Amino acid sequence: MSRAPATAASMGLVVCHACGLLSRTGPHAHDACCPRCGARVHRRKPDSVSRTWALLIAAMVLYIPANVLPMMYTGSLFGTQSDTIMSGVIYFWTSGSWYLALIIFFASIMVPMLKMIALVLLLVTVQRRLRWQPVQRTRLYRLVEVVGRWSMLDIFVVAIIVALVQLQALATILPGPGAIAFGGVVVLTMFSAMSFDPRLIWDPMSEEHGRAPA
Amino acid sequence: MGEPPHRIELPDIPEAVAAPKSARSIQLVWLIPLTAVLIGGWIAVKTILERGPTITISFKTGEGLEAGKTKIKYKDIEIGLINSVALAPDRNRVVATAQLEKDAETFLVEDTRFWAVRPQVTASGVSGLSTLLSGPFIAVDPGKSTQKRREFVALDVPPIVTREEPGRAFVLRAADLGSHDVGVPVFFRRLPVGEVVERELDKDGKGVSIKVFVRAPYDQYVTTNTRFWSASGIDVSLEATGIQVQTESLVSILIGGIAFQTRPDAEVGPAADANHVFQLFRTRAEAMRRPDLDVVHLVFVFKESVRGLAVGAPVEFRGVNVGEVIRIGVELDPLTFTMTQPVEAYFYPGRMRVQARDPAKLPPLPKTQAEWEKRAQVFVEKGMRGQLRTGSLVTGQKYVALDIFPDAPKVKLGSSKTPIEIPTMPGGFEEMEAAVASILKKLDKVQYEQIGADVRKAMATLDEVLKSADRLVQRLDAELVGETRSTLQAARAAIERAERSMLAADAPLQQDARDALRELSRAAEALRALADYLERHPESLIRGKQEQP
Repeated sequence: MSRAPATAASMGLVVCHACGLLSRTGPHAHDACCPRCGARVHRRKPDSVSRTWALLIAAMVLYIPANVLPMMYTGSLFGTQSDTIMSGVIYFWTSGSWYLALIIFFASIMVPMLKMIALVLLLVTVQRRLRWQPVQRTRLYRLVEVVGRWSMLDIFVVAIIVALVQLQALATILPGPGAIAFGGVVVLTMFSAMSFDPRLIWDPMSEEHGRAPA
Repeated sequence: MGEPPHRIELPDIPEAVAAPKSARSIQLVWLIPLTAVLIGGWIAVKTILERGPTITISFKTGEGLEAGKTKIKYKDIEIGLINSVALAPDRNRVVATAQLEKDAETFLVEDTRFWAVRPQVTASGVSGLSTLLSGPFIAVDPGKSTQKRREFVALDVPPIVTREEPGRAFVLRAADLGSHDVGVPVFFRRLPVGEVVERELDKDGKGVSIKVFVRAPYDQYVTTNTRFWSASGIDVSLEATGIQVQTESLVSILIGGIAFQTRPDAEVGPAADANHVFQLFRTRAEAMRRPDLDVVHLVFVFKESVRGLAVGAPVEFRGVNVGEVIRIGVELDPLTFTMTQPVEAYFYPGRMRVQARDPAKLPPLPKTQAEWEKRAQVFVEKGMRGQLRTGSLVTGQKYVALDIFPDAPKVKLGSSKTPIEIPTMPGGFEEMEAAVASILKKLDKVQYEQIGADVRKAMATLDEVLKSADRLVQRLDAELVGETRSTLQAARAAIERAERSMLAADAPLQQDARDALRELSRAAEALRALADYLERHPESLIRGKQEQP
């Protein structure tokens, strides 16, 4: 068995995120400051798991109104109509634009949901200090970070349409409360992913490797 | 790189500075999910609290009804949405389930009416045009009942008048519907003030009830004495009085209408209650007619043709309409095999109620049939007869004239008969016709050939007479000339003598003549005065000269 590779944490070293200075920390690594620029330094992101959980739970809560409440109000000569994300998908699907329906369905419904599921998976495995598939999990984390911003597509579309279609009596489009909730979901999942420290995925590995020979 | 990294000594790595320990024990980040939960919870609670009642409405057809799209509107404000549209289990109707708003709870009572608003084009107008593109919506007419209800049956046709519209509905009874279908306007003095809202055949099938709605404030003009009549289209009637054309308005010509008014001579009366029942008259004239309280059934037996007499033709007493013909028939007397035309008529004595100088002395109107018979007997004895007369030479319409013919031959009335029989006289036209016929007959008898021969004979005689006269004149000419000359000479001498004795100014003859002339002119003057007086007082011929007052 090869020994676990050395990590900065195992050697009591931290790097400052602000100025990049490497410094040595004592046993109370969480309460340290960078000796050069004074920024807080830490071996791992502080309270990463609980912060991620908090933001994730908030995103999950908002996911319900985001899908239930109307995203957009369309007012025209012939009355007002309110659309939720799902009703839009159904509309496009039934009217034949199935590819548009699929795009909206994946970008606006599947991606946020999968993102949240992925974050839950990562958090649970990290908390349980499982050593299961660390490479795949890290890859999943990177995917979550990359794909997260694409969910904002819906919000952008609504924002642009609302700004464009303001023909007073003829046609008016207004954002619904669902849009705000949806935006909240996207932003919160992005923050949640940001606050997650992927190094935690690997920590159990070094512990295991470090503990084994001892 | 074979060396393990943890052995690398990095002596110039500085020690991190200890930071002051944070006093916070609760991480602020948990405020975010808390806020999200609060917002989500608030929205959820609000939705549940605002969730109104769910109702079902059954429709005859699901045309245009879409789940999640079709709205329920009241006064054009959305109060609900159709959730689902499904067939009823018996497949007769379409049942729509609708989610109403919270404050629409008060709508859900027993007599609330729902109906689908679709574009509608009728003779009286176009409605629901906005639904052409947006699809139909469901309109509500909230009821007044307090009985709660959740299942409703939609009206097949939109109601003409909703409940909150101020006004009153009245019921008109008619023999048939005519052109008074739902939506037909109601006029008051040619103003459109309401509509027919319902029509319904009576249970026994013997008449029609038409419900009309008169909008406020016009409903106050409907009193218990108000008469409704049909103002449908153009009312052309061919009567003994000529052609009559009556119409209310252009709209009523196209789609018909009902008009109402209170009879001008009747008292206004109290305002009629809602659903008060009125009779629907066929024409304005019929409606405005004074109600005939007393009706006497008469029969006129005519021996001449009654062609031109129609049911409904007037019975006139010296030009005053006092009744109408109700039946015309032919009767065969089985004993003598003579045919007569009995014409039955209603006589309305109320129309003949004359203004007596002293109403107290007016005999009371008879009450019973026997009394009426007795009264008729009196008039018949005075010479009252029925006569068939031509009302209009153009149309040939006839009417029954009642008149008193003092020199009419006495007739004995048949004993107690219903209807009361009034003897008849041959009509004026018939009499003339008969006279002309008899003249023609006499002319026919004249022997024109004989006359011609006589005339020729007379002409020949005349010729001879003329010839002898000619001869006589010639002879006179020859014989008389000499004689005449001597006579003339004698005459001249006589005149000269007379001139001398008579034409002198002082001749006695002259004097006498002047006196006589003066006397004559005085007599002429007296005659003129007499003529004047007689002209002014012709009665003095009989009564003699009255003393001047």
